[in-house]
Amino acid sequence: MASQKIYVPSDTTARSLGADSVAAAIEAEAKKRGTPVEIVRNGSRGLYWLEPLVEVEIAGVRHAYGPVATADVAGLFAANFLAGGKHALALGPTEKIDYLAKQTRLTFARVGVIDPLSLDDYRAQGGLSGLANALKMTGEQIVATVTESGLRGRGGAAFPTGIKWKTVLGAQAEQKYVVCNADEGDSGTFADRMIMESDPYVLIEGMTIAGLAVGATRGFVYVRCEYPQAIATMRAAIERATAAGFLGDRIQGGERGFKLEVREAAGAYICGEETSLLESLEGKRGMVRYRPPLPAIKGLFGKPTALNNVLSFASVPIVLDKGAAFYKNYGVGRSRGTITIQLAGNVKRGGLIEVPFGPPLREILYDFGGGTATGRPIRAVQAGGPLGAYVHPSQFDIAFDYEQFAAAGAMVGHGGLVVFDDTVDMGEQARFAMEFCAVESCGKCTPCRIGAVRGVEVIDRIRSGVNEAANLALLKELCDTMVVGSLCALGGMAPFPVLSVMKHFPEDLRSSSVSNGGVAAERRA
Amino acid sequence: MSADQQRNADIRRLAEARATEPGALLPILHAIQDEIGYVPESAIGIVADVLNLSRAEVHGVVTFYHFFRSHPVGQHTLYLCRAEACQSMGARALEAHARKRLGVDFHETTADGRFTLEPVYCLGNCACSPAVMVDETVYGRVTPERFDEIVG
Repeated sequence: MASQKIYVPSDTTARSLGADSVAAAIEAEAKKRGTPVEIVRNGSRGLYWLEPLVEVEIAGVRHAYGPVATADVAGLFAANFLAGGKHALALGPTEKIDYLAKQTRLTFARVGVIDPLSLDDYRAQGGLSGLANALKMTGEQIVATVTESGLRGRGGAAFPTGIKWKTVLGAQAEQKYVVCNADEGDSGTFADRMIMESDPYVLIEGMTIAGLAVGATRGFVYVRCEYPQAIATMRAAIERATAAGFLGDRIQGGERGFKLEVREAAGAYICGEETSLLESLEGKRGMVRYRPPLPAIKGLFGKPTALNNVLSFASVPIVLDKGAAFYKNYGVGRSRGTITIQLAGNVKRGGLIEVPFGPPLREILYDFGGGTATGRPIRAVQAGGPLGAYVHPSQFDIAFDYEQFAAAGAMVGHGGLVVFDDTVDMGEQARFAMEFCAVESCGKCTPCRIGAVRGVEVIDRIRSGVNEAANLALLKELCDTMVVGSLCALGGMAPFPVLSVMKHFPEDLRSSSVSNGGVAAERRA
Repeated sequence: MSADQQRNADIRRLAEARATEPGALLPILHAIQDEIGYVPESAIGIVADVLNLSRAEVHGVVTFYHFFRSHPVGQHTLYLCRAEACQSMGARALEAHARKRLGVDFHETTADGRFTLEPVYCLGNCACSPAVMVDETVYGRVTPERFDEIVG
């Protein structure tokens, strides 16, 4: 009897909920029963509320059970789950689970499906076809395809990727670089981590294509040190890809070469800002640079550099594989292709949702998310990370589209959504935005370095009832100064959550709300 | 060779092994902290010498990054996430519980030397908040009870 495949996810979130002990329990139980099984440690599908999500392959179809605890394992065997037996945790064929069936997985096509480090799996699931096409094209042709696809930077700034690459391609230099920003510091985001842990080769392939496009022979992946598993997986993947000849001096045995290396960050949020990241890669303090010159002209070690986010690079292979028109066909307005939304915080069904641009926020929060985990009403959603505005429920009809979000004073950013229920004290959240900026400021420009500290102080005065009206006016002015006067997005956007609280949740900022234990406390009571 | 001399020799070896890499300073500091647990004062001068930088430049880099530390730490480092997704699921209460349970503030080490408590701003485990990481192991949906089990 051939051994049966059982998939037990190995990504950080699955493991944080006990996936390793579940895998061990399955192995032990199978041994005890004399049942031959092959346990595959795949990545996660991103249906995080169901993790650890165990899948069994029956006649070529994967059936899901979850969330599985070690205590459930004996019962699953008793219920004959290897043959798809009925069990309280049975979810049916994985691909038919509503949350997943409703998605369009282009960038995340293989995430959670394959063994992350298996190059055979990667090839069998469409990997390397984009690179094969790119190897037959000139740099100009690759750049034109990426431009035509409408792909915009997924890190948050949404700048057209093809246009950025065109600048690097046009710059004259003996050495050019490709740099991947994997310093995913925004709370509520984990898509970069998922790519690196669950499908590392797609990032390697995307960066290699970028190297071919702009004429760069060397690349760096700058990964935050808070992601030890992503770092280990990326390093192992680069080693295997190099050994297999898809990276290195001669890509796929051809004339051109591309070398890739992982660099570990050191816990500074500001290094997610591209010029600060370059300083850090050069071995310096992560101080933001003045622009111009753009990194595309003068980037790493002063050389032209194609610097993009993980998701931007990871979206390139499918564009080169299926063509610009295929990718561009998804989406709305000037937001083309798919957006990977990360639903997080106080939400019933949190996880990774890849859909074409366009669905209303409400649909993501309720149809996918199912409302809050606590079962209480949603009071606010922070979109786009710690520098993003708090979105009020009256705005939940805005569609996932860069321009629509911007028009509502919010931002798509890196696609993170953090949900809060009605026990949240929005005054405290406003204060935290300034506190975070003060902790993470690189210190180069005054509005950010000093403004953030003063912001915390002013909010504290308002909340303790000291000259409330005057201090509210001062806070508004301080925010304006930071927005227009800061050198980069940290100081320039940290006021956005504060301003959104002043606009949509002013009652939480007033001292009366603090002195009586807070509006939040009232609601909790 | 005294223990200090041995350590300094180790630091020099770690630095020299990476000295020719472009932008070698961060990889060198990581290697030192991985091996010793922190970046000792004596490393500043040695690394500066190997990379032909000033001591001020090396000191500036060590102190800029939250991850590098200049003092010995406990057996394990416990990183507690303070960012928004975790806040929405009770991270503030968990933080208060952690301080009380361990009897330390952030950046301090427990009396028995087992844990150093550090704040962290996001572990990328935001759909299963609140999160903590002990050394390199991440835990999700950490209630005060689960916290006690983890540090128990």
